[in-house]
Amino acid sequence: MKNKKSILRKLFFSCLYLSTFTFGGGYVIVTLMKKKFVDDYHWIDENEMLDLVAIAQSSPGPIAVNGAIVIGYKLAGILGAVTAILGTIIPPFLIISVISVGYHSFSDSYFISQILEGMQAGVGAVIASVVYEMGVGIAQEKDKISLLIMAGAFAASCVYKINVVYIIIVCGMIGVIRTFLSKKGGEK
Amino acid sequence: MIYLYLFVSFLQVGMFSFGGGYAAMPLIQEQVVTIHHWLDISEFTDLVTLSQMTPGPISINAATFVGIKIAGIPGAIVATGGCVLPSCVIVMIIAKVYLKYRKMGMLQGILNALRPAVIAMIASAGISILITAFWGNAAIKLINTNWSLMIIFVICFALLQKLKMNPIGVMVFAGIMKLGLSFLQR
Repeated sequence: MKNKKSILRKLFFSCLYLSTFTFGGGYVIVTLMKKKFVDDYHWIDENEMLDLVAIAQSSPGPIAVNGAIVIGYKLAGILGAVTAILGTIIPPFLIISVISVGYHSFSDSYFISQILEGMQAGVGAVIASVVYEMGVGIAQEKDKISLLIMAGAFAASCVYKINVVYIIIVCGMIGVIRTFLSKKGGEK
Repeated sequence: MIYLYLFVSFLQVGMFSFGGGYAAMPLIQEQVVTIHHWLDISEFTDLVTLSQMTPGPISINAATFVGIKIAGIPGAIVATGGCVLPSCVIVMIIAKVYLKYRKMGMLQGILNALRPAVIAMIASAGISILITAFWGNAAIKLINTNWSLMIIFVICFALLQKLKMNPIGVMVFAGIMKLGLSFLQR
C-alpha cells in the first residue's frame, strides 16, 4: 500500500512538473513523459510507451491529457489516471487564471518573448533527441515494413499534413493485413 | 444555467477534437465565438497567442480562459471538467482493452505497425516546431534563417545526447541563452 502511495505521489509530481514546463503542445509532453517514465523511473518499457502514445493520439481530446490518463491508468488504475490528470491540468489552469487578468502586459513583454523563442529551439532539440533514439531502435530491428511505415507516416503528416487519426487507422490496417498474411504463411 | 452551457460546450470540444491542439482550434472557435458569443474574434486570437506562450493543451487553456471570463473560477472548473471528461472515459476503456488483450496476435500485429508511425508523427511535430523557430512565417531560405536559434538547437541537442542532461533543464537553458544573445546583439 505504501508502495502504491509513493507511486501516486511520484506520478502526481512528475505530471505537475512536466506540465508546468511543457510549451508547444501534446507531442512535447509525451516525449518528456517517455524520458521520465521509461528512462528515469523504468516503470514502462519503450515499446509499451509507444503503444500508450498511440492510444493517446487516436483518442479524442488533448494529447497531453490522454497521455497522462493512459500512463496513470497503466501504473495505478483509475486512481492513477485521476492523479495524472490533476497533475497535468493544474499548471495550465493556474497559469491561465492568473494571466487572464492582465494578459496584454504578459504577451507584450520583451523578456518573455525572447525566452519563449529560445525555448522553442530547446523543445525541438528534446524531440529530436528522443526521436533519434527511438528511430535507431526501429532501424536496428531491420524490418523493412516497419521502416516503410515510418517513412510513409512521416511523409503523410509532415509533408501532406494528414490528420493523425487517418494515419493511425491506415497503419492499423496494415498491421491487420500483415498478421493475416503471416498466419497463412505459418500454416503452410 | 451558464455552468451547464459551459460544461456541454467544452464536453463537445473534448469529445470531437481528434489529433491534438490544432485540430481543436476550429471546434473551440465554433463553440465559443460563433455559437455562444462568449469571446469576440480578437479575444479569441488573444487566447490562441496566450496558449502558445503558456504551457498546457489549448483546449484546457481555452476552457479556463472562457470559464473565468463568463462565470469566474467555478466556471473555469466546470468548463475544464467538461473538456477532460470524454478523454477520461474513452482513453480508460481503450487502455483497459489494451492491457487485457495486448498479448493477442492480432492486436500485437496492429501495435507493431503503429509504433514506427508514432515515432514518425512525433518527428513531424518536432520538425514543424523547428521550422517555426528557425524561419517563423518567412520563406525557408538561407537568408531568413534565425541563426541564433539554430545554434541554440545544436547546443541543446549535444547536451541531451552527449551529457544526458535533464530535458526540462535544457529547455529552460535554451530560453536563457536566447535572452542573453538578444542583449549581446543589441
